[in-house]
Amino acid sequence: MYRYIIRRLLILIPVIIGVSAVVFFLIRSIPGDPALILLGEHSNEESVEKVRTQLGLDKPKVIQFFYFLYNMARGDLGRSFLTNELVRIEIFKHFPATLELTLCSMIFGSVVGLVLGVTAATHRNSIIDYITTVISVTGISMPIFWLGLIAIIIFSIKLHILPISGRLDPTITFKAKSGLIILESLLRGNFGVFKNAIYHIILPAVCLGTIPMASIARMTRSSMLEVLNQDFIRTARAKGLPARKVIYVHALRNALIPVVTVIGLQFGGLLGGAVLTETIFAWPGIGRLSVEAINARDYPVIQGCIIFFALIFVFINLLVDILYAFIDPRIRYD
Amino acid sequence: MKRFIGVILAVFLLFSSLAFGAETPKYGGTLIFGRGGDSVGLDPADITDGESTRVTEMIFEGLVGFKGETTDIVPVLATSWTVSKDGKVWTFKLRKGVKFHDGTPFNAEAVKFSFDRQFDKNHPYYKYGKWEYAEFALEPLEKVEIVDDYTVRFILKYPFAPFLANLAMFSCAIVSPTAVKKYGADFFKNPVGTGPFRFVEWVPKDKIVLEANPDYWGGRPYLDKLIFRVIPDNSVRWLELQRGTIDAMDGINPDDIPAIKADPNINFYQVPALNICYLAMNVEKKPFDNVLVRRAINHAINKKAIVDAFYKGIGIVAKNPIPPNMMGYNDKVKDYEYDPEKAKQLLAKAGYPNGFETTLWTPPIPRGYIPQPTKVAEAIQADLAKVGIKAKIVTFDWATYLQKTRNGEHEMAILGWGSDNGDPDNTIYVLLDKDNAKKGVASNIAFYKNDKLHDLLIKAQQTTSVPARKRLYEAAQIIIKEDAPWVTIAHTSAVAATRKYVKNFAIPAIGAIKFTKVWLDK
Repeated sequence: MYRYIIRRLLILIPVIIGVSAVVFFLIRSIPGDPALILLGEHSNEESVEKVRTQLGLDKPKVIQFFYFLYNMARGDLGRSFLTNELVRIEIFKHFPATLELTLCSMIFGSVVGLVLGVTAATHRNSIIDYITTVISVTGISMPIFWLGLIAIIIFSIKLHILPISGRLDPTITFKAKSGLIILESLLRGNFGVFKNAIYHIILPAVCLGTIPMASIARMTRSSMLEVLNQDFIRTARAKGLPARKVIYVHALRNALIPVVTVIGLQFGGLLGGAVLTETIFAWPGIGRLSVEAINARDYPVIQGCIIFFALIFVFINLLVDILYAFIDPRIRYD
Repeated sequence: MKRFIGVILAVFLLFSSLAFGAETPKYGGTLIFGRGGDSVGLDPADITDGESTRVTEMIFEGLVGFKGETTDIVPVLATSWTVSKDGKVWTFKLRKGVKFHDGTPFNAEAVKFSFDRQFDKNHPYYKYGKWEYAEFALEPLEKVEIVDDYTVRFILKYPFAPFLANLAMFSCAIVSPTAVKKYGADFFKNPVGTGPFRFVEWVPKDKIVLEANPDYWGGRPYLDKLIFRVIPDNSVRWLELQRGTIDAMDGINPDDIPAIKADPNINFYQVPALNICYLAMNVEKKPFDNVLVRRAINHAINKKAIVDAFYKGIGIVAKNPIPPNMMGYNDKVKDYEYDPEKAKQLLAKAGYPNGFETTLWTPPIPRGYIPQPTKVAEAIQADLAKVGIKAKIVTFDWATYLQKTRNGEHEMAILGWGSDNGDPDNTIYVLLDKDNAKKGVASNIAFYKNDKLHDLLIKAQQTTSVPARKRLYEAAQIIIKEDAPWVTIAHTSAVAATRKYVKNFAIPAIGAIKFTKVWLDK
């Protein structure tokens, strides 16, 4: 197992170099000179030239690439063209917000998705099954922008029970070293901040969670249906086990493999930032960081974000593969 | 009788105290301002966007500034100034007893430091910024000299009257040399100035917190704290204001304006902005080399219909390249009235009785001066079709668009400009003088060249007398209207909204909203 993990981690090196090369040359082939975008209507010949020199864009692309690789090997992803901030810090400052939101929406999506899926499978072709299907289809197809605004209008404007947007009340100053406000406020025993942060995360997490919820529910339903028809379930029922135990222990555990795969994929995807959700709920996450960087042709930040996303995806996939072995002890990697 | 007078006096005093009492500013409280985007940086000389200057203008100050809702120049960190006869030496007396937020004294050395780091390539702190605006604002500057602790002298390469207006711009703010030396490349997130508010905290893409500077030379601001909160979506930001979780905002959807005006808890503010949206006709390309064609197009376009439909109450039809609230605006200029018949006659006279085919370029993204570029282009296209001109709409991504119009690849192109310093030179000379019609770097994208206009504009740069400059710009606008290199489309307004209890709030004509005198009546 450990050898397997180490081997998988070693694969990261060529992945990162490959991703870096593709990203590096790809973003430089998008039309639009970063210096010109930075300066806009007010640029002139001298200012564009000067800014290009300062950003290192006057050198040949291949040379720029080797500089970039050399610096990356030393852990330096450069500084943002736009803000002058270190890319490493930009990512570190925006990722925790996304991680917190993703975890909460995945918890919501997985729990609700699993319950819906199992219920639909055990009540196949009943009204409950149809309702569940309608919920999943709606969850997948509903535009998040619309859902978010409707949720804000109902829960924040009409009912006044939840805040509209943001991670915390703006008048609260809470410096979370890790950037994870919920976790850190809880560990430090600051329950006022903890409660405030939880209130703020409910709407965005539920809205964003509808997407994984729908996929998880559908996958659970079909996987469960397959398992429920197998002989060992009949045996379990025949030996008089309570129905709940048969479904949630014997059947669900065996139906989980494809569901865990879906959860892993969704998790990895959401960690790349959910731009629309982050925009509506004014959530200062990595999705907004990367999209704003693309609009400004902020090359170092785009590169940094994409390499970071590639790393996350590789890790999540590894985690899912390891989880398989725990769910199904027959799976061995050595 | 005495008693009667006494009663009247008492009543009068009571009423006056009530009347004034209601408007006596209160100290304290936090104002949360909602906005669409985060600041890029907080080093005043190393930024280009409004979301950054909005914050730096609360933290930093220049030697001079703009007065209220005008473009008049008033003293700020300087108390007075003189100009030498040849217009090349500007001497400023500095305000005494001012300290930066970190305790560093403000003096001539700090002034010299703030400018040198932007344009002296050998300055030890030059390498920490891109100094995007130095090419523009400090172009005429040769050097800064310290005369004594509180006197500083700017030596120019040539006489340049708008230099004073340049000094009022955000990029010429004075920074604490101690802080720049301490933070180096990180000064942009540790700003230290002399302004009414001090920097407290910046949570990227979320909020920037400032607090009142109790030692401010102009008197402590009324607010205790000022928070700039980023709420990217315009509708969500308006919902936050309705609920009262923010106190003020800008970036309003034009469609929301009627609801905002009708809300009894909200004040709506609108001030003409110093900008212009124009359609430039490339006079180097046929048939736009013919002035009759350019005038015909001016007659063919129904500007009022365009402004009414696509600017939704935040725009006015433009007659001149500069807006009515700018110095030197010539209201006597007569605009080309909307008259398709006249346009057809002019086209026939020019040798195009059946019109012609051409291209119409339009920006790919909304800008401050044009909220809906594609819609405006389509309306112009339809108007032109009525007089027989078939215009194909063309667009590119923003940077490519700027580059190609600078190269002069277009025939007709829509573009605009927001004034940097409120001086007419910064609009008319930049956009319409022959000096700026060089292919590849042109800001005059009509490539319009008129020697008479050039002489007027250069003279206006070298004259420091304001009435004389006004007359020169008035004459310039007449020439431009006759030659018709542009169709001047619209000027827009800046809009903002606050809760009713926010007092003394105002949008200035140029620069950021000032919160120094703003107070909360709650």
